[in-house]
Amino acid sequence: MRNKRYTRRNSKLTGWRLFGIYVILILMAAPFLFPTWWMFTASLKPIEEVFSFPSSLIPNDFRIENYQEVFRLQPFLRQYWNSLSIALIVTVLTVTIATTGGYAFARIKFRGRNKIFVLLLTALLMPAEVTLIPIFRLMVKSGLSDSFFPVIIIPAFGAHAVVGLFLMRQFFLDFPNELEEAAEIDGLSRFRVFMKIALPLAGPAIASLAILSFLYSWNLFLEPLVFLTEPNDYTLPVVLPQFTDTYGSPIWNVQLAAASLSVIPVMIVFVMAQRHFIRGITMTGLKG
Amino acid sequence: MKLKAKHEERHWRTGVFMAAPVLLGFLFLVLYPIVSVIRDSFTSYNPLSGEAAFIGTDNYLRLIQDETAIEVAKNTLIFAMILVPVNMALALFLAILLNLHFRGRTSFRAIFFSPVIVSTVAWTIVWKYILQDDGPLNYFLGNIGIDGPNWLRDNPWPMISVVMVQVFKNVGLNMIFFLAALQGVPEEMYESSEIDGANRWQQFKKITLPFISPTILLVAILTIAGAFQVFAQVLLLTGGGPGLSTTVLSYYIFINAFQIFDLGYASALAVCLFVFVMILTVAQWQIRTRWVFREV
Repeated sequence: MRNKRYTRRNSKLTGWRLFGIYVILILMAAPFLFPTWWMFTASLKPIEEVFSFPSSLIPNDFRIENYQEVFRLQPFLRQYWNSLSIALIVTVLTVTIATTGGYAFARIKFRGRNKIFVLLLTALLMPAEVTLIPIFRLMVKSGLSDSFFPVIIIPAFGAHAVVGLFLMRQFFLDFPNELEEAAEIDGLSRFRVFMKIALPLAGPAIASLAILSFLYSWNLFLEPLVFLTEPNDYTLPVVLPQFTDTYGSPIWNVQLAAASLSVIPVMIVFVMAQRHFIRGITMTGLKG
Repeated sequence: MKLKAKHEERHWRTGVFMAAPVLLGFLFLVLYPIVSVIRDSFTSYNPLSGEAAFIGTDNYLRLIQDETAIEVAKNTLIFAMILVPVNMALALFLAILLNLHFRGRTSFRAIFFSPVIVSTVAWTIVWKYILQDDGPLNYFLGNIGIDGPNWLRDNPWPMISVVMVQVFKNVGLNMIFFLAALQGVPEEMYESSEIDGANRWQQFKKITLPFISPTILLVAILTIAGAFQVFAQVLLLTGGGPGLSTTVLSYYIFINAFQIFDLGYASALAVCLFVFVMILTVAQWQIRTRWVFREV
């Protein structure tokens, strides 16, 4: 028999303690859960009812028209496609360069490796506003400012790529040595060892990084706001605040309908693949 | 010996080749901009008016005389000073609760984490709706007999609202970092301390906190750096108002750079922001030896 407290620490909570924890957690969960709920219910209400409470669970007057309005006021399908295609390209680029880079920093001893790695750390602390001004200048000069180029290049090769490199480096550091050594003795080059031995086993880490990169691009706001000027080029975060009336106040039900359209697919994927999300996040931050 | 050198030379080439894309990206998108923003801060660069002239320290002199900038710097510090402790304390509290064994803890973890995956823009839009004077929050408060303020208009609530919206958005991230750290605390340490008669609070102070201190340091550094980047929340929730009360440095930089196109002045402001963040990071790194129990 183990002593009492040890048992308590490891076994499931019961009785009043369990009840107390549930009460605390449920109360604390409200500001995390209700926003999504209110977003969705308000998006189905007629405008006169958006600020009338209590809102019934399902609005009396179910307005699917709000969603049609989203597509009427803006080229929303086009903008959705912009967000999706940019995020996919960013994901492929980031995964490719962060995987090869992470492997190099974890597995290949090259001169200056550790010093360069510490230098890369600064990227994580740099506010985007600081680096954006010179990048903006550079893009304007090269005539690329009003295109998807900066909106793809900045997340794929900038500070976020460094985060990805950390994640993959961490994964490859924990990777068993023996397989690679055997392959090298068989005469495979360092790069071939990476392609044939390490890469096929890196699936779970790559999945986590892919999810992180996709979300990063999907949710990116400052860069698209600065670089994209045509409604046809907008990504979702840029267009969401623009569902306003002529005085600039939000048309709440339509704005929240657009927000729902941008959030709900991500939420569904999150519920299905929670583990990958959380593992990816944990790996970037820890032990780095 | 010669063979080994050749071997290493080959490795060096492969290593650099494989790391090259990230290194080039870092060079052009992080390092070059830092050098460049410092250079631009000594010019009057404005793409609307044309040429950039070297004007020495004029931008910096203007900065210390700019009452708005002083106010904004104060707001930025207030924002960080509320956000960082609230965020970290809440994250640690949630992590400790959700590290206990009970049914449904995975679902609760997912709930607290879920805002992290939602875009800041969508999250802020919804909260703007919730915080309207006649919005859902004040209706709810009215029901329990509280007359809620106009959250986005009546000082000091706008600043508190921006902070809290940001805390709810990101606390789940820090919670996950803390959870991972808590799971790494060896069970034996608690067992042996119990034999010595330590109570829960003593265990927390003497075992848990020291053990997770490297994670606390890391989370503190990242949270502080994040606090200085808050932008979308301010732009969408309050527009920096009422008055200047919620205008923070990153938002002020955005306005100067991309709405007024006064890039020279904006660069000087950006250099200040950069220096702020660096000083705080270095300071934390320096004091870590006093309280961080072990290196990761």
